[in-house]
Amino acid sequence: MKAKVYVTLKDGILDPQGKAVQQSLHHLGYPAIKEVRLGKYIEIELSPMPLEEAKRAVAEMCRKLLANTVIENFRFEVE
Amino acid sequence: MDKEVIEQHGLSQEEYQKILALLGREPNRLELGLFSVMWSEHCSYKSSRVHLRKLPTTGERVVQGPGENAGAVDIGDGLVAVFKIESHNHPSFIEPYQGAATGVGGILRDIFTMGARPIALLNSLRFGPLESPKNRYLLEGVVAGIAGYGNCMGIPTVGGEIYFNEIYNQNPLVNVFCLGIAKKDRLFRASASGVGNTVIYIGSKTGRDGIHGATMASEGFDDSIEARRPTVQVGDPFTEKLLLEACLEIMERELVVGIQDMGAAGLTSSSVEMAGRGGTGIELEINRVPRREEGMTPYEVMLSESQERMLLVAKPGREDEILSVCARWDLAAAVIGRVTDSRRVVLIEEGRIVADLPIPALTDDAPVYERPMETPAYLDSIQGINLDLIPQPKDLGDALMAVLVSPTIASKRWVYQQYDYMVRTNTVVRPGLEAAVVRIKGTRKALVLSVDGNGAYGILNPYRGGVIAVCEAARNIVCAGGRPIGLTDCLNFGNPERPDVMWQFALSVEGIADACRQLEIPVVSGNVSFYNETHGLGIYPTPIIGMVGLIEDADRVVRPGFKDAGDRIVLLGETKEELGGSEYLKQIHSREGGFPPLLDLAVEKALHKCCLDAIEAGIIKSAHDCSEGGLAVTLAEAAILSGPSLGATVVLPDLPIRMDAHLFGETQSRIIVTVEEARLMELERRCAQEGVPMAVIGRVEGDRLTIRIEGQDRPLIDRPVEAVRTAWDGAIESYFEGRKKEGHDGDV
Amino acid sequence: MRFGILVFPGSNCDHDCYHVIKHLLGQPADFIWHKETDLRGVDAVIIPGGFSYGDYLRTGAIAQYSPVMKSVRDFARAGGPVLGICNGFQILLEAGLLPGAMLRNRSLKFICKDVFVRVETAETPFTAAIASGRVLKLPIAHAEGNYYADPETLRELQENRQVVFRYCTKEGRISDEANPNGSLDSIAGICNRSRNVLGVMPHPERCTEGLDGNTDGRLFFQSVLEQSGIQSR
Repeated sequence: MKAKVYVTLKDGILDPQGKAVQQSLHHLGYPAIKEVRLGKYIEIELSPMPLEEAKRAVAEMCRKLLANTVIENFRFEVE
Repeated sequence: MDKEVIEQHGLSQEEYQKILALLGREPNRLELGLFSVMWSEHCSYKSSRVHLRKLPTTGERVVQGPGENAGAVDIGDGLVAVFKIESHNHPSFIEPYQGAATGVGGILRDIFTMGARPIALLNSLRFGPLESPKNRYLLEGVVAGIAGYGNCMGIPTVGGEIYFNEIYNQNPLVNVFCLGIAKKDRLFRASASGVGNTVIYIGSKTGRDGIHGATMASEGFDDSIEARRPTVQVGDPFTEKLLLEACLEIMERELVVGIQDMGAAGLTSSSVEMAGRGGTGIELEINRVPRREEGMTPYEVMLSESQERMLLVAKPGREDEILSVCARWDLAAAVIGRVTDSRRVVLIEEGRIVADLPIPALTDDAPVYERPMETPAYLDSIQGINLDLIPQPKDLGDALMAVLVSPTIASKRWVYQQYDYMVRTNTVVRPGLEAAVVRIKGTRKALVLSVDGNGAYGILNPYRGGVIAVCEAARNIVCAGGRPIGLTDCLNFGNPERPDVMWQFALSVEGIADACRQLEIPVVSGNVSFYNETHGLGIYPTPIIGMVGLIEDADRVVRPGFKDAGDRIVLLGETKEELGGSEYLKQIHSREGGFPPLLDLAVEKALHKCCLDAIEAGIIKSAHDCSEGGLAVTLAEAAILSGPSLGATVVLPDLPIRMDAHLFGETQSRIIVTVEEARLMELERRCAQEGVPMAVIGRVEGDRLTIRIEGQDRPLIDRPVEAVRTAWDGAIESYFEGRKKEGHDGDV
Repeated sequence: MRFGILVFPGSNCDHDCYHVIKHLLGQPADFIWHKETDLRGVDAVIIPGGFSYGDYLRTGAIAQYSPVMKSVRDFARAGGPVLGICNGFQILLEAGLLPGAMLRNRSLKFICKDVFVRVETAETPFTAAIASGRVLKLPIAHAEGNYYADPETLRELQENRQVVFRYCTKEGRISDEANPNGSLDSIAGICNRSRNVLGVMPHPERCTEGLDGNTDGRLFFQSVLEQSGIQSR
């Protein structure tokens, strides 16, 4: 089973990388872009276990290590 | 074997016939793969070998000359300086960040493989002009890659040089130099000795990356390079840091008899070269090699260029200790084979022999070519340049400013500020000056490091280009107060199968050899990079010299910037009317041509001796070598680098030469020094003794740079130093700030 | 005074700190491997700079779970002096020993250069011998030194005088131009509430010998020695 984790910067926290990408996209001719935020995508291969248990474990991993909750949000899917 | 398969392996029909003759049978595909990498230009030096023999490689201090992973020179106190320069040109054009990063990774391994702890990195870079978004993208990526790898490893990047010229548009150059320090009695060689000894693999696991990197570096570019991206390896500096610490620990505890990194041609060249040097044989069980991907064939495993891997030959009975050091550093390690007495490389997959080749066939019997040479047809047209048709600028002050903001001359702060140049706390002279200085902890000594080479001279006269590259590197070292003790060269050229390129190569090497002999500086290591050509257009002959000098007392270091108001400014050497190949002609008149400056090696040698003796006698307060941009740029830089913006009033003698040549000509064998008024006589006496021409040309004072000609009232140049500094300092940065405004982003 | 210098895989300023303490200050120093759990009775802990675990995932993120960090927490709770430099600061943030987090420099680039910082308080073991308000010249070398904290945390830091260093001009003026990386409130270093744990982005260990004419970094080490009543050499 596989968990897909998305880590993004919290709203309101300056994202200099996102800003640079946004500028670049504007220059490439996409004026309609309002904002770009960069994040991380993490794939975790899990041994088979009950879905609820897996979700609990992944949430814990996120809080402990994968995201820094001072500046980052996370969400994930387990399938 | 199929003609197409042979061609894909970069082997000629003649070479294939030679393989058949050596083996007395057809090779299988894996064996053909081994031949293809071992006989590639990159590994075999087949086109360059006959010429490289001309280089002087011996000297009192030489502990290890060419032929090992790096050269080593005795610096006293039981220590040796271990150093080498290497190119990563082709990979850096395809993927600038990873290409440059893995270039740093590779040269670092070359140094610590010898048992030396790396303490300094330098680099020499060539790009097309920064007006082009593609070139900015390449520079930005290469610099970030060098920074990303070196910074993470904690090895300071203390200096380097960059030139910009259209000729490098499609073929940028990335040459990386590394210096390490080892105990003289604990220098390790890449040799597999001791029949029955275990062969151990440590480091990253093997993936499919970089297969045929060595053959790629042995071909020119065409339009298919985009599709070649997968052959570029990805660097992992964190693993390399662990590998460095683990290897140094293993060597310190003397657990191995030989060690070799897996660089170009990976496991193949490391195993074959080690057995070749040891006069032994080697047997590897391919299925034991740690792998990152499933289903890899022996062919892929043997030819992979995955980074951060080492091959060791263990001392008998010490295998477990080696494995436990690796475990402590969280590194993969595996026993994969043993040393034999067969002089053959035998590869075994699941108990079956899949390749069995005589080692001399792969190494000693590799082809050596005396490729045809021919004086190029272009030579007359580019050397012939009529100065009378080139007008002098109305305002020479404006000309100075224009030359100073040329990215080749301007401050490289934007670049080196991205490198950690202070870690390890040995950096005495930081980047931005002509040579870097690092102290050797535990001694009073310091080493001076410089990289140099000017392709603009090389194209006009390759012999002189070679001579000047050596002399300028040595002059830089002398100016800091160091005695040159050894050099390493990186020879960047076009396609050696072209007779005019081979002619350039042969003459460049001769120039380097003559200069080395005269200045008594041995060549202890080096690298050749051919096939720097795209669509048939090759680069300028660009030999890069990485030189090391020794300062006995680190407190005696001399810097190029003016020191104190009131000091007298002295020109050592003579100024001639020489504008050929100059940065001034290129920037102000958009011309590249003429004859590069002459260089008399006896004059150069006397200059070095005179300057160095005067420095050691404590007479000289600052010294700055006069090179690209000529006298005016040298004086401007000495003012800029003075720290508190010290100005200068300079009165040049009235020579019967063009004013622009006087100010911007790049006549060789000149150094600008400053001395206290009271010690002028002493300097005069020394110069007379050595036969070095000297002229007192000015005084350090005020906050403006003023240059006049004797007998004339109106200055040729008169600018506030602060304005000069601001223009010079921000020039490269302005291309990147400008980009945002112009909106060229992503246009690559 | 015995110093413990933590070594994580990827630490690369460990030897520089050791050199200063052992050879310049003449004090005993121990390297403490990240897998150890015993701080061996050291009197002060230094978490050196570098790229622990390659700075993969986030700077300092993986190092916070090394076994040694539990002992460092206990040591800090008991009032022991802890100095985190650069990556060490980032590790202290990730470990929750100091509040806030680090973002990429606003230039998105690694920056290595000398900067000026103003000492905002002498009330930490590592600044005790430095007059508040004094301007120091110290080198920085990082890609992620852009300090961030939420408004609540920032207010607490200010109220409790936990902001120890701020980037400034040569004359000591706080300005955006003098802020090299975009740090909130120009913060270059902070301490915890009980003031014994200090994190700084600049590298004091790199300017102690005057190789380039600067010895300002030495003051950090002299402060902590003087606090324990030791005259440094």
